Amino acid sequence: MCASAKYNTRGPALIPRMKTKHRIYYITLFSIVLLGLIATGMFQFWPHSIESSSDWTVEKRSVHDVPVVKLPADSPIPERGDLSCRMHTCFDVYRCGFNPKNKIKVYIYSLKKYVDEYGTSVSNTISREYNELLTAISDSEFYTDDVNRACLFVPSVDVLNQNALRIKETAQALAQLSRWDRGTNHLLFNMLPGGPPDYNTALDVPRDRALLAGGGFSTWTYRQGYDVSIPVYSPLSGEVDLPERGPGPRRYFILSSQMALHPEYRSELEALQAENGESVLILDKCTNLSDGVPAVRKRCHKNQVFDYPQVLQESTFCVVLRGARLGQAVLSDVLQAGCVPVIIADSYVLPFSEVLDWKRASVVIPEEKMPEMYSILQSVPQRQIEEMQRQARWFWEAYFRSMKAIALATLQIINDRIYPYAAISYEEWNDPPAVKWSSVSNPLFLPLIPPQSQGFTAIVLTYDRVESLFRVITEVSKVPSLSKLLVVWNNQNKNPPEDSLWPKIRVPLKVVRTAENKLSNRFFPYDEIETEAVLAIDDDIIMLTSDELQFGYEVWREFPDRLVGYPGRLHLWDHEMNKWKYESEWTNEVSMVLTGAAFYHKYFNYLYTYKMPGDIKNWVDAHMNCEDIAMNFLVANVTGKSVIKVTPRKKFKCPECTAIDGLSLDQTHMVERSECINKFASVFGTMPLKVVEHRADPVLYKDDFPEKLKSFPNIGSL
Amino acid sequence: MQTRKKYIFLTFLASWLLLFFFGGDQLHRFAFFSRRKVEARRNWPHWTDRSLLKSFADPEELLSDGDPSLPSPRERQAARLSVYKNSRCRMETCFDFSRCEKHGFKVFTYPRERDQPLSESYSKILASIERSRYYTPNPEEACLFILSIDTLDRDHLSGQYVRNVDEKIRSFPLWNGGRNHLIFNLYSGTWPNYTEDLGFDIGQAILAKASFYTESFRPGFDISIPLFSKDHPQRGGEKGWLYQDSIPPKKKYLLVFKGKRYLTGIGSGTRNALHHIHNGKDIISLTTCKHGKDWEKHKDTRCDKDNVDYEKFDYQELLHNSTFCIVPRGRRLGSFRFLEALQAACIPVLLSDGWELPFAEAIDWGKAAVVGEEPAPWFLPQIPSAVRCIHPERVLAFQQQTQFLWDAYFSSVDKIVHTTLEIIKDRLLPHRSRSRFLWNTLPGGLLALPNFSTHPGDFPFYYLHPSEKFTAFIRAVSPGGSPSQPLLRLIQAVSRSQYCAQIVVLWSCEKPPPPSGKWPQSTVPVTIIQGREKLSDRFFPYATIQTDAVLSLDEHTSLSTSEVRLWLVDGLAACEDILMNVLVAAVTKLPPIKVTQRKQHKDTVSQQNPSPPCSPPAKRQDCLNQLADWFGYMPLVSSQLRLDPVLFKDQVSVLRKKYPRLEKP
Repeated sequence: MCASAKYNTRGPALIPRMKTKHRIYYITLFSIVLLGLIATGMFQFWPHSIESSSDWTVEKRSVHDVPVVKLPADSPIPERGDLSCRMHTCFDVYRCGFNPKNKIKVYIYSLKKYVDEYGTSVSNTISREYNELLTAISDSEFYTDDVNRACLFVPSVDVLNQNALRIKETAQALAQLSRWDRGTNHLLFNMLPGGPPDYNTALDVPRDRALLAGGGFSTWTYRQGYDVSIPVYSPLSGEVDLPERGPGPRRYFILSSQMALHPEYRSELEALQAENGESVLILDKCTNLSDGVPAVRKRCHKNQVFDYPQVLQESTFCVVLRGARLGQAVLSDVLQAGCVPVIIADSYVLPFSEVLDWKRASVVIPEEKMPEMYSILQSVPQRQIEEMQRQARWFWEAYFRSMKAIALATLQIINDRIYPYAAISYEEWNDPPAVKWSSVSNPLFLPLIPPQSQGFTAIVLTYDRVESLFRVITEVSKVPSLSKLLVVWNNQNKNPPEDSLWPKIRVPLKVVRTAENKLSNRFFPYDEIETEAVLAIDDDIIMLTSDELQFGYEVWREFPDRLVGYPGRLHLWDHEMNKWKYESEWTNEVSMVLTGAAFYHKYFNYLYTYKMPGDIKNWVDAHMNCEDIAMNFLVANVTGKSVIKVTPRKKFKCPECTAIDGLSLDQTHMVERSECINKFASVFGTMPLKVVEHRADPVLYKDDFPEKLKSFPNIGSL
Repeated sequence: MQTRKKYIFLTFLASWLLLFFFGGDQLHRFAFFSRRKVEARRNWPHWTDRSLLKSFADPEELLSDGDPSLPSPRERQAARLSVYKNSRCRMETCFDFSRCEKHGFKVFTYPRERDQPLSESYSKILASIERSRYYTPNPEEACLFILSIDTLDRDHLSGQYVRNVDEKIRSFPLWNGGRNHLIFNLYSGTWPNYTEDLGFDIGQAILAKASFYTESFRPGFDISIPLFSKDHPQRGGEKGWLYQDSIPPKKKYLLVFKGKRYLTGIGSGTRNALHHIHNGKDIISLTTCKHGKDWEKHKDTRCDKDNVDYEKFDYQELLHNSTFCIVPRGRRLGSFRFLEALQAACIPVLLSDGWELPFAEAIDWGKAAVVGEEPAPWFLPQIPSAVRCIHPERVLAFQQQTQFLWDAYFSSVDKIVHTTLEIIKDRLLPHRSRSRFLWNTLPGGLLALPNFSTHPGDFPFYYLHPSEKFTAFIRAVSPGGSPSQPLLRLIQAVSRSQYCAQIVVLWSCEKPPPPSGKWPQSTVPVTIIQGREKLSDRFFPYATIQTDAVLSLDEHTSLSTSEVRLWLVDGLAACEDILMNVLVAAVTKLPPIKVTQRKQHKDTVSQQNPSPPCSPPAKRQDCLNQLADWFGYMPLVSSQLRLDPVLFKDQVSVLRKKYPRLEKP
């Protein structure tokens, strides 16, 4: 049911090794099946197959052919909407049930034409927009055609525009739906509520307990947590293609483009213009347009004619004033133009306000403060304006641009209420894709300094250098905060030495045998690791002193979300070759630490094993190299932070070696490491590594101070 | 492998291939059958004339919705005011914004009356307000009023119930029908129904209440606060209990509940069902019937067994060792359990139907709790499987968020009260208020002040690319009318750093600053500000400072250019620098960072400083103690490390080092 959440907690040690013969057998069988699947898939999507079968799928029917339903004059009328309705009182969650996919099932009633006793129709059968909306629901994952399995019902009665329907008869049409049941679990979509003279802010059609997705709710009619506030769709969105405009100065500061504003508002806006001159532009309907020019696509100021909605892109802020109704279609146009909406409509419930953070995309000004609009907007910092513009455009793209977008966002909001533990997060709703990709969300965001008493677990990856391994074990065991030592035995052809031969140390020592000689085994989140801190150490790092290691652990405690290590490395941009280069010289900068000796949080083991992007893990295992670089990329990418190199030490393996270490000097090795950096940078789609110029030393390092009083006297120099 | 088998495989493979490449016809039929299956799912029809359908509204109607003949906006507003009163209050109809315009957001508390006893909790609330930066003792200046009558406990069976509140408040000349008043309440109604009744008419006052029902909650007007006990600390507050981020969460229990089972009355439905999910292993759900005087009267068959099981587990132990905690409704909607679970990093699974969650206007509870819509008995058995399905990394994020929220908004009465005030303040100037992002990301809304900026990028907490440059901020106190020698030297040294964008000199002398001709020529702009007499002037967010980083220096500090690169706010001399340290630590919960080796400047300076309010070491000790008292705890965190340049004091050629001058003694 939730298999993806169950990770293999035992790790590579327990993977049974299949006999080679059987393996070939299985692989062949598997590839045959795979081939078959691919072929079948290809046929499914082969263009001609769709063409030829289209005869079968598309129902050739006209809207005018739908069955007609006559409503007797005395057929029941639902009660008016109940203002106290909430999910737990008016909604039957039981119908949705527990569902492994955490998706509600939505049923759509088939289309009917409703007429009254005299045969006069109740409303337009269906509008273009409502048809698009229902099509979108029908094509979505939410849809079911089984009325018995449905948890939400959408009537095909079109109530988008209250002015286009007869209220009493429409209500009767709703009441006679087969599963109406006092409107329980029914969802109505309405964009233009109310009518003259008082323009109610919610649909006037009596609807019992039905949920209302309405455009133009006020806080008095909106039942928080029950209704959904939706935008008023602007058909211009489909007609006009406005390419996104980058940040930067725009010609006007404030623009008002609405026609037929109340004279009182208009005079206030004109006063603003008089005060601030050119930067404010107030447009109105054009009076002397030649025939054939659609009036909705033009706006005028005095004798100047502007193209609408293109003119919206010329302004930083665009006014969205309430009309008779609170919801205005112009909001959609403004967002599309990437103009920051200035919303002046007291008590208006903004579209999708349950999930969208409108403060990041708009400025809300109380009607009373309209005269101060200019100075209020002036106080918005430039950087914030640019972000709001981007955010406005993103809201349009994701939630306003089509009836489909509006329908799916509405259903998702209801879905999130019913399956809260699978709900979409704030970031997923609000962050534009560019931010989602580039921003880091540090998984260890809480500033915690782990207690020292917890200690760390040392993990030594080894193949067969037993003598050197034992030396490392002996050295590491002297570190006061060591709490456990784990040896990952990566050699399948040789058994680890007998228990009695191992050095006797004061902490538990465990040997894990692996199924395959893979470098990734070093980063598996073994259950044996009970501490947060992990010290990864190679079996030949013998020169680190106990003081250095203890100090490294203390540094890690202050920066638990970073890689804290000893050997530092750098990546450089090679201008000649036009690619990244790996650098192991002693430079003034550091961007990586090698995991031959490094502290890090166990969580990164988990990330490395289960969440490493692309094929990096396989690449590492295939090349038997660069697992440490991969770890550096991973950590820098999720935290956005640099590594920390601790202590001056630069030699680790043997005192007599002059070289940094044997391997690193090897030319081919360096080439391969550079290749890794380039490969990983392309998989991550960015270069996450951060360069720093500092290292961490004990506070009193090299100070003129008695060695006895220093916490970490034994810090080696090179 | 045997040859025969190999052949079999080859044939098998070949026949598959043949089937796919030449068997198009058969496949067609196959595809057709599968399509028929899809077709059996009756989708919404593709109407042949769908492109001819009319739009739901014609464009004219959409763009010119606003009949000039309608009543004017002013009239409409006036009409609204008369209709939407009392139980339908909103800020725009029941709150007088004009009171807040002249003096800003100021809060007045009514003077205490002698004969009026105050409960411990209410005294704490009043103390919090009076200590806040919004407090004013002058009702003329006030924008918000707080009663001195204890309205926390409105259960008329309770000892703390105050009688005749209606009469009293009507006699207050400032009451004005409750306009601009804020009323706090923790308990309302009484057994058996525990209604929302407060026993007096709050009129147009904002109600900050625990256990708010969504039905009676006036959205955007009232505020739901958490239920807290009378022992809740005034300030500071206990830390959260999450000490480590373990993955997967290795707590002993998955889901726990231990509490009373109401045998009758409101709230009994949910609690009666809780024992169903108990499995004795990782899900512990224990109930007891023992509470109240007459429980034995209503006792049922389960009671005796339950009561025995109940005693086996310790509540605190369960709280500490569980990943999820069930928080069902109590008699009233909220329960102490909620804050307890939050502090314990035990992710609350909320089962209170119709509870307006605390501070939901600001806090996104979906990030820290599992909010169940329906507490019906059938829903309960689903909870274990639902929480088991939550991914480990999400659990970790939930746990950290509980700790953040606890520490930012709930751990003391001060925080609860200040959060309430800040939410109201945000409503006054919607364009200068915090976005949901600021409220729900570390360090939280109380520390991200919209007066400074409303743009996340301007705060040090959220974005990881601070600007490359810094502003050097120097406070000059030389008595003469011209800049002193050390000051000139300092300006020159600082301006040599390639990362310095501007230098701001705060002139804190009695004499006016010298004319611009007397200042040294430097490559970066030097700005002089005439300071007031206060030491904390240094940390005022001057509008002239354009960079994110600020290097704060005293006149007598001698630095070499190299040192300037690795900057920190490591103040000197007097109290205000310790305050800055304490403040930063309190906000970030992390130690400061010491850069490079120098130590000697501190002492030389404090002797020369002309106006040291508390500079001798003993006095500095007092500073610290006073500040710790003010914060309610000691926020400073110590560090064992300092940051040096990568090749610092290494035995390599000086030419290779970027900051060689740091190594000179």
